[in-house]
Parts: sequence; structure tokens; C-alpha cells
Amino acid sequence: MKTPKTISSAMQAMTFSRRATIVGGLQIGIGVLLAGRMTYISVAENERYKLLSESNRVNLTLVPPRRGWLIDRNGKPIANNKTDFRVDIIPDRLEDKEKTIATLAGLLSLDQEEINRINRELEQAKSFQPVQVATGLEWEDYAAVSVRLPDLPGVSPRQGFSRNYPTGAAIGHLVGYVGIPSSEDYKDNPDPILITPGYRLGKDGLEKTFEDRLQGKPGAKRVEVTARGKIVRELSSRPDVPGKALQLTLDIDLQEYAARRLGPESGSVVVMDCKTGDILTMTSMPSFDPNSFSDGIGVSEYGMLREDDHVPLLDKSLKSLFPPGSTVKPMVALAFLEAGLDPDESVTCRGSLRVGNRAFRCWKRGGHGRVDMAKGIYQSCDVYFYHFAQRIGMNPIALMANRLGLGQKFPIPVPSQFYGTIPDPQWKMKKFGKAWQAYDTVNSTIGQGYMLVNPFQLAVMTARIATGKEIMPHLLLNDERKPAKLLNLDPEHLAYVHQAMRDVVNGPGTAGRAKLPVDNVELSGKTGTAQVVNLDFGRGGSDVAWKFRDHGLFVCYAPFDNPRYAASVVIEHGGGSGSAYPVARDVLTYLYDREKAMNMLTAMEKSWGGTISERMDRKLAAYRDKAELEKALSEGRAEAPTTADSEAASSAAGE
Amino acid sequence: MNDFVPAPIAQLPWRTILLLLVMASFGFVVLYSAAGGSLTPWAGLHITRFLVFLAMAIILSRLKENFWKSIAFPVYIVVVIMLLGVELIGAVGGGSQRWLNLGLIRIQPSELMKVAIILAVARFYDLLPPSQIRTWGAIWPLLLLLALPCALVLLQPDLGTTITIVAGALTIAFLAGLPMRLFVGGGIAIAILAPLAYFFALEDYQQRRVTTFLNPENDPLGAGYHISQSKIAIGSGGIFGKGFMNGTQSHLDYLPEGHTDFVFATMAEEWGLMGGFALLFCFFLLFRWGLGVALRAKTRFSQLCAAGLSITIFFYVAINLMMVMGLAPVVGIPLPFLSHGGSSMMTIMICVGILMSIDRHPGRQGGAFG
Repeated sequence: MKTPKTISSAMQAMTFSRRATIVGGLQIGIGVLLAGRMTYISVAENERYKLLSESNRVNLTLVPPRRGWLIDRNGKPIANNKTDFRVDIIPDRLEDKEKTIATLAGLLSLDQEEINRINRELEQAKSFQPVQVATGLEWEDYAAVSVRLPDLPGVSPRQGFSRNYPTGAAIGHLVGYVGIPSSEDYKDNPDPILITPGYRLGKDGLEKTFEDRLQGKPGAKRVEVTARGKIVRELSSRPDVPGKALQLTLDIDLQEYAARRLGPESGSVVVMDCKTGDILTMTSMPSFDPNSFSDGIGVSEYGMLREDDHVPLLDKSLKSLFPPGSTVKPMVALAFLEAGLDPDESVTCRGSLRVGNRAFRCWKRGGHGRVDMAKGIYQSCDVYFYHFAQRIGMNPIALMANRLGLGQKFPIPVPSQFYGTIPDPQWKMKKFGKAWQAYDTVNSTIGQGYMLVNPFQLAVMTARIATGKEIMPHLLLNDERKPAKLLNLDPEHLAYVHQAMRDVVNGPGTAGRAKLPVDNVELSGKTGTAQVVNLDFGRGGSDVAWKFRDHGLFVCYAPFDNPRYAASVVIEHGGGSGSAYPVARDVLTYLYDREKAMNMLTAMEKSWGGTISERMDRKLAAYRDKAELEKALSEGRAEAPTTADSEAASSAAGE
Repeated sequence: MNDFVPAPIAQLPWRTILLLLVMASFGFVVLYSAAGGSLTPWAGLHITRFLVFLAMAIILSRLKENFWKSIAFPVYIVVVIMLLGVELIGAVGGGSQRWLNLGLIRIQPSELMKVAIILAVARFYDLLPPSQIRTWGAIWPLLLLLALPCALVLLQPDLGTTITIVAGALTIAFLAGLPMRLFVGGGIAIAILAPLAYFFALEDYQQRRVTTFLNPENDPLGAGYHISQSKIAIGSGGIFGKGFMNGTQSHLDYLPEGHTDFVFATMAEEWGLMGGFALLFCFFLLFRWGLGVALRAKTRFSQLCAAGLSITIFFYVAINLMMVMGLAPVVGIPLPFLSHGGSSMMTIMICVGILMSIDRHPGRQGGAFG
């Protein structure tokens, strides 16, 4: 080329084909890149993307498992699962919101407050999240919605399970209750089942202790959903694995009877099988209805329970401590006997005994006259024990108390138990830095002063006295048992005390009215009346304010000659042992003659105003009325009318 | 060859037509499945449009080179005016738009610009004397031709189309023989300027598309959703796919735009790697034919024009597939012959028609200049 700068057409054509080849090469290069990329995605990463595609497509809904049943010794349910009929709205499929809600409101008789809530939740919920319309429906209401389904698109009636306690309040403290997992629960264990609607966790009592066993494994419903959450079809589902049942030693009928028999009183009844240690009944009243807690308890119901001075939220069998009063006298007598006291040695009771510079009274102002050990027990003479306790000293008594179960914690599966106080000189020095005095011993021998026990310990003590064995209590029917060890008490001593306890009921004792109305079964027992405060104005009978009244206690076992059942009854502020032993009598009667016991109860319940749930319902209604009235007063008028008369108040609020 | 077939029919480029028919039919099958086994709303319309535009392409193939030469600049000017019209209507009516409603049909001028720019640039280098190809005079008219359309399309804003327009024009300039150092230097300059452009020229949503392209898993439910779901569809298909009508990503609406820009993912989910390879092979045949037409052409205009049109279709395919496979940011570019959409199919079939016209009339040697 002469002039390289001049470019001819021919040269341009050459440039074109050369550069077109480059372009073609680049195209092939990009093609290969794309083929390689696609191969990589669909072969090397196939597994990963398959998984992602599946998790897109399949929506896994967890189905809360049915909790394991709690059953009593005879297989009767204590806690089971109730079929729960509920109705939800799937916002996605809803066509005419107003009409649908209006129809539902009519069918299920929803009040305005509920309708407002549903509307609010419908606005907030994501389109595929069901909004609850109502739960715990009657079959009739559920069916009424079900048959109208073709006219109600977006409405989903469903069948689930909720925890049910057939005996309600009677079993409240022992089984505890279940509830919605808290945010702390979820933080500790971020399992998605915890935030699944309808899932409940054991929150207290046995439900809490045996949570792992009762829980079960959730089922899963797999549905195919679109990107917008619309359900296309149901895929295979895995059924839930219900939790394992738990058989308790309780006799639920007896438990319910005892709870009802306590009536309007605040107190506890514990019945044990003396031979096995099985706890047949552990009742504490007043109580709460665990069914209310399981469905999410209402604000006013909880408020009522919390404000009640009878403390329905407290388990009085295990967590209330009482001075045991004279119910410890058989125990103290055993300590005396073991320390070598001759039971025939006697003292003259003139109504009181001077110890130091203070006179200690016997409960019988006029005195018992000559009192030996047997009379000391069956007539519950305080002076007898004041006198000999000073001679024997506190330590043998405290030791005997501990051997018989007072001040002890037992290996039963409950979240907590209070073990109280069995005082002795070392304990007092440690606790108060003061030396033990004679009057401390005197106080303790009649179960007063520092001595505090829970009703459950009293029942164990009674069982041990009745058998002479170290009976251990059991709450699970099939747990591991060891034969009870002997307490190494002299059989003669035991026989002596047994006879005295028999005489409490069947002889010249303090509880003649506790005699069982059952042929050939005699009850042995011991009454107790524990002072709450030192009353200058007299005894704490029914004539003083409730919270100053004496506690009434009674421990017993039957039959006297071959002990089978041991029981303790404590009536808080019952006004004396007279409030306790009739309850014990009827509960034990129930064990031998259910019909007779029920007849007695029915008559009494009429005078109390109905069954437990009837009385609780009425109380709740009254509480709500009162709360509403107070609210109206505080809102409506700055100054409340001076007359607390409700009619005057409501008319004032209405102005 | 065959006496029973009339000459005009026998002369049709049957191999090319068959290839296009295979691809469009595949598109029909994929769209039929994407609609849940229904001809409506996509598959039926898709194949009808294709047949109409195929007829149009065959008619275009009867036209001769001189016709294309003569309309090159006028068409360019008309399309620029249409782009301006879109902007004006958008400015008056409020809110940007890409469509121009001409009563009976709606036209997307930016699509037409892809063809118009090829014709105009090819015509320009055809007119440029060979001696000037290495001078400034070969460059500034190109920039002028690009300036207005690019500005108008970017305003819409439509980055994908802008890139296609620029890339088509530059490819022709490259083939026309502009000095190699310009392209090498330009490549280096882009590597430097791209980050700057990212920060100063791109709209917010475009910036986000780039960042999510670089790391789609960071925002799987937001802007990275398209790419993530597309890769899930392709990847879960595996080698042989989930089978016809069995794609869950597309049928359950997880894959967005499964019938338009992301139709390849819809296809790959049901037909797997094999379907993808088959489609890539079809495109390979198409571009081999397109470049072959350019190489066989005898005149400069037809050479440049054929190569430019072929490369324009190629850019559709390449950018779309790179986007779908997560190799490029999400820019709205459909996949030729498979994506549902009239405007882009019209553009592509015009390209095919002109290519067939050049294939049919390769011209005479030496007729290029003067």
C-alpha cells in the first residue's frame, strides 16, 4: 500500500469480515457463559434450589398436640381434652365482610364488643392469617354456622382441642393450669409450636411439673399455597402424637366431695392411704377454676380471685402454714413415752398453769381435774402437756415431730411446698439470738408459739402415728415404691396413744360428733384449735371478725383397729375444731358410704347457695357489678354519695 | 427443486421460518402452561401475533436494499418525533409512560428505535467515504444520531432499551472499521466511569437493581425477589425439569413476570437444563444465520445493516438470559420468541424481515459506494 491512510472499499470489506468474526466469537463466548451458568444453577445448586422451591410452595401449619390426660386411681379423668368448636374468618376468602360478620353475630349471638374486636383484627391481620370469631362454641352454634357455609365464603368452622378439668375448682391447686406460652418461654425455646394458636403450656401445679410428659408432639398440616398465601390444596398431614397420660393416686370423686364439703369455708382436706402413702385427696378451698385459666382468664375474674381475703390462689394444703394446735398432742405424747414418762402419772388441771411469771391457760377454764396421758389426749388438756413438757424438754418433742413428718419436705411432684417450723433451742438461737425458755416449750407442746406446719404434713403425721411406719406420700400411682420403714416406736406406746385417739371420737373425748355413721368402722382422731392472735377479749370464736377467729383443725384415721385412711382437715379461721371434725367425718364417711355422704352434702349445699361453680359464678357476677358501679362512680361524679346504697349510687351515676 | 411447489413459495427461506416457528411454538407451550393450561390470556395471542408478524416479515423480505436505504433516515426522524411525543404526553398527562396510543394500536417508540438506529447508523457508514473512516468525521455524526434517542429513552426511564440502542449502534461502528483503539480505550473508560455513573446518573430504583443484582439474597423479599425467585425456578428444574404443567414457582405466582421478562425461568422450571440447551441451540442457529447473511451480503449497507439487526436480537437474548440467571441487573428486556408482548415481537420480526430481505437480495459487488 502506498498510502496507508487511504482506505479502499476492498480493505473495508476485509475489516468487516475480520471484525464480524470477532463479534461472532464474542457471541459464542457469551452463549457458552450462559450455558455454563445455567448448568451450574440447575445441576450444582439443584438441591438447594429444590429445597427453596419446596419451602415456597408448601406452607407448614403446626397442629397443637393433645395434652396427655391426668387420670385418677380409678382411671377417671382429672384433666382431659375437650373438643373445642371454633369459628375463624380467613380474610383472603372473605367476600362481603359486613354481611358475613352480621350473619355470624346473629348465629353466635356476639356482642358489640366482640364485633368491634373482629373488625379490628380483620384490618390488622395478613390475608392468610385466620381471625378468631369465637371459641368454645356449643355444638348447636357450630352446626348452625357449618350448614350455612355455602353462603359464608371465608368463614371456617374448625374443631380443635382445649384442656378441660371436669371437676373445675376442686382440683385447681393441685393440677395447676395451662396457658399461652409467654414471650420468655419463646425466648428460651424458639420452637414455632410455641406461637401456634391454640398451643398451651403447663403453667402451674402438675401441669407444669409434668410438662414434658404431657406435652405430646405437634402434628403438621401441609398445604400448597400461592405467593399471596392462598391455599391451593392440602398435602399429606402428620397427625399429632398426644402426650402420655399420667395416673395419679387421687380419688377424684373423693377430692370433689371434699372440696364441696368445705363449703364456704377456707381450708384444706388431705386424705392419705395409710398402707401405701397414696394421696387420695389434697383439697384446698376456695380455689380457682383451672378451666378459666386455660382459656385465658378474664380481667375481672382474676381481679376477684386476687382480692379475695380467703386467698383462692393459694394452695392451703402445701403452702399455707398453720399453728397445729392440739393436733400435735398424740405426737408429743409419743415423745413423752419414749422419754420414759409413765402414762399413768397424772397432774391436776385447775384451768391454768403458772410457768415462770405467766399463767398458761387450759382451753377449759374450769379445769379437767386429775389428768393422765390418755385424758390429756382425749380431753385435750393443755395443763397436762404444760406440766410434763417442762420435765421432758423440747428436744425429744422436736425430734419426734421431725420423725413423724412435721417440718419435712416430701418428694412429691409439686412445684413448691412450704415446710414450716418445728422450733427447738438451736433454731431459736440461730433465728432470734435468744435462749430457749420454758414457756417456749410450753407453747410448742400445744402446737402454738413458733410451731408452724402445713395441712399435708399433719396428714402424713397421722398416717405415721396410725401405722408406726415411716409412710412416704405418693402422688403418682405407678411410681417406684419402697416398703415403708418402721419408725422404731414401741408398739405399747403406739397402742396407748391409739386408744386415746379412739376415745377422742368414740369415748369421753372432745369430738364425739365426729363419730362415723358407718357400721363397724370407728374413727380415731385428735382435735385442734389454734389461736391466731392473743385475744384479750376472749376466745376467737364465731363472734369475732373472720380474720381473728381461731383455726379449726382435726386429724384422724380409720378404722381405728386396722388403719386404712389418714386425714387432716384444717379450717382457716373456722372458729375452733368444731368447724373441722364434721368435715373429716363426712369425707371419711364418703369413703365407706358414698350415698349417705352425698345426701348429707346436698342438704348442706342448699343452705350455702348451691354447688361450688354456682357460688363462684354468682360471686363473679356480684364482683363485676361492684366494679362497674365503682367505675361509674369515679367517672360520673367526683364525689361519691355518702350512702353506699347501690340503688342510690346507681341513680346518682345515671343523672 | 420441487416442481409441484410454486416458485415464490419454494423460494421462501424455509429453514429460517421453521427455526422461528419452532421457537415461537416453544414459547406457546411455555405460556400455555404458565396460564395454568389455558390458551388465554397469553399463549393464543402469542402464537397469533407471531404468525401475523411472520407474514409481515415475509412481505418485508420482498423489499429490496434500496428501499431500506431510502427510508433509513426518514424512519429515524419519525421515531425520534414519536419519542418526543411520548415525553410530551407524559409531561402533560403527568407521570412517565412508554406507550404512544394511536387509537387502534399502541406503539412503544423506544422499541422501534432499536431498528431505526441500526438503519440510520448503517446508512451513515454506507455514505461515509472509506478514506474518512479513521477520522473525527466518522465519530461525531454517530454520537449525534445516538444523542437524542438515548436521552429520550433514558428519560422514560428505560435503561435496558438505551443499552440495546447504544450497543447496536456501536457494533455497527466497530464493524464499519473505526479504529480498534477507540473500542479498547472506550472499554477501559467504561470500567472507570461505570461506578461514577452508578452514583450520579442512575435513578434510585436503578441503583437498587444494581446492588441487588450483585447480592440478591440480601433482600430476598424486596428488590432481590425477582432474581432470587428466578434462580429458584431454574435451579429447582434440574436437568430434566419438573415436567410440563408442573412448575410450582410459576403456577403459584412466586415467579414474578413469569410470562414476560422471566419466561425463561418458567420454561427452565418445567423443561430443565435440556430445555435451556435446546433453546440456546436455536438461538445459536439464528445468530449463525444472521451473521451469515451479513457476511454473504455484497454491499456495505446490507453488510452493516444485517450484522446490526442480528446483533440487536442477540442483545435481547443475551441481556435477558443474563438477567434471568443473575448475571445482570434486572432491566426490562424480554426474551425474543418466548416472552409475551406485542411491541418487542414486532421489533424482532421487523429485524428478521429486513434480514430475510438482505438474505434474498445480497446485492452486487461494488454497488456499495456511489
